[in-house]
Amino acid sequence: MNKETYQGPQGGPPPPPGPVNQATPRGSDNAAKMLYNCADCGAENEIRPKEPLRCKECGHRIMYKQRTKKMVQFEAR
Amino acid sequence: MSKSSSKRASAAQDRLELIQSRVIVERDSVSSISSSDFPFHTSNRYSHIDFLEKIRKKLRVSIEKKSQYDMEFDLIGVDASIANALRRIMIAEVPTLAIEKVFVYDNTSIVQDEVLAHRLGLIPIKANPDEFDFKLSTEHPTDQNTIVFKLKQECKRNPKAAANETDPTKLYLNHNALIWEPKGDQADRFKDSQIRPVHQDILVAQMRPGQKIELEAHCEKGCGKEHAKWSPVATASYRLMPEIILKEEITGDLAIKFASCFTPGVVEVKDENVDGKTIEVAKVVNPRIDMVSREVLRHKEFEDKVQLTRIRDHFIFRVESTGILDSEKIVFDSLQILSSKCTMLLKALEVKLKEKKKEADENLKNENLMDIDI
Repeated sequence: MNKETYQGPQGGPPPPPGPVNQATPRGSDNAAKMLYNCADCGAENEIRPKEPLRCKECGHRIMYKQRTKKMVQFEAR
Repeated sequence: MSKSSSKRASAAQDRLELIQSRVIVERDSVSSISSSDFPFHTSNRYSHIDFLEKIRKKLRVSIEKKSQYDMEFDLIGVDASIANALRRIMIAEVPTLAIEKVFVYDNTSIVQDEVLAHRLGLIPIKANPDEFDFKLSTEHPTDQNTIVFKLKQECKRNPKAAANETDPTKLYLNHNALIWEPKGDQADRFKDSQIRPVHQDILVAQMRPGQKIELEAHCEKGCGKEHAKWSPVATASYRLMPEIILKEEITGDLAIKFASCFTPGVVEVKDENVDGKTIEVAKVVNPRIDMVSREVLRHKEFEDKVQLTRIRDHFIFRVESTGILDSEKIVFDSLQILSSKCTMLLKALEVKLKEKKKEADENLKNENLMDIDI
């Protein structure tokens, strides 16, 4: 997709259908790594946008999000 | 005075002395529990005697058993109020250090963060409380009032473990987790006495391979009255010294039966020579270890031959340390706390008394009254 053909949502004809230009940054490669745990085998999986949701170890299709690394404070009582 | 009346008078005297100094253990009840040994009690015929002097004369302390963290001592000649004050201070007011704040960065084990924090709080931490200050809620943590521990563990399988290994300590790699992190001059201050949990093998959480725990724990100084985790003792308790009074000699087969009514070792059957014949006689050897089961009072044959009592001013203390402080230090600390409390009370009373006197003097001046004695 290049600048000349792209029209905003304000008006104009919709962009012609066709194969998506691979050069366009989508999701982006340098976005923060997202790690998920496989629900079946527990292996850590790095999943990028638009990637198929499949465990690289066992092929399971359900993933769990990992716990946040944010600190939580507790009173030891 | 006739012979019988003097006899009666002395029996009454004996009875009075008994109920003044003993708790009487009966078959189905315990009587004469409260002490009457204080000024202005109605049974006290010697109210003119200096009670402080009396206590001074009677007071005795003897250590019966002593190891580093365990101690049994006798406190003789004080009122139950003082013995109980001592016990309560040992449990609730001798300070120690314990984990108070837990900062959890990661915890994927099945133990919830709150539960994990609570469990960490209960771990006794070997650190001398005299070296630290109490941390007020308004204060920031410093090296004078906080100890920092780090825990960072991930459960891993031991690659060297045998295939059929079932012992978790050999199967997984995750041990000795709480690591002390010295702050400020702490590394220097405590180079002779490393700060660590008292026991290295306390189970905090069980993990499966892949689970992680990462946290920081801050220890603070506190007292048992705020939370039991700061209590320096596992138990601090007392009991009264049991006493078995034999009113007449118990001999023969009865002696053996008599001995079997008590905790083993309390009563011994001894052979005695009477008129050239050897007879078995029951002797009370060690009443201290008796558990006062009152079994003997169930048997008719011993009804008038024995009386069970406890000595009301003889306290057998048992102090069992959690391992943070030596047992005798707990006792000394508690005595110091008790005496400082008394001093404080005395000072407060003096101040109040002065105020009252001043008030009365002013009233006297203002109203121009006659003498008022306060």
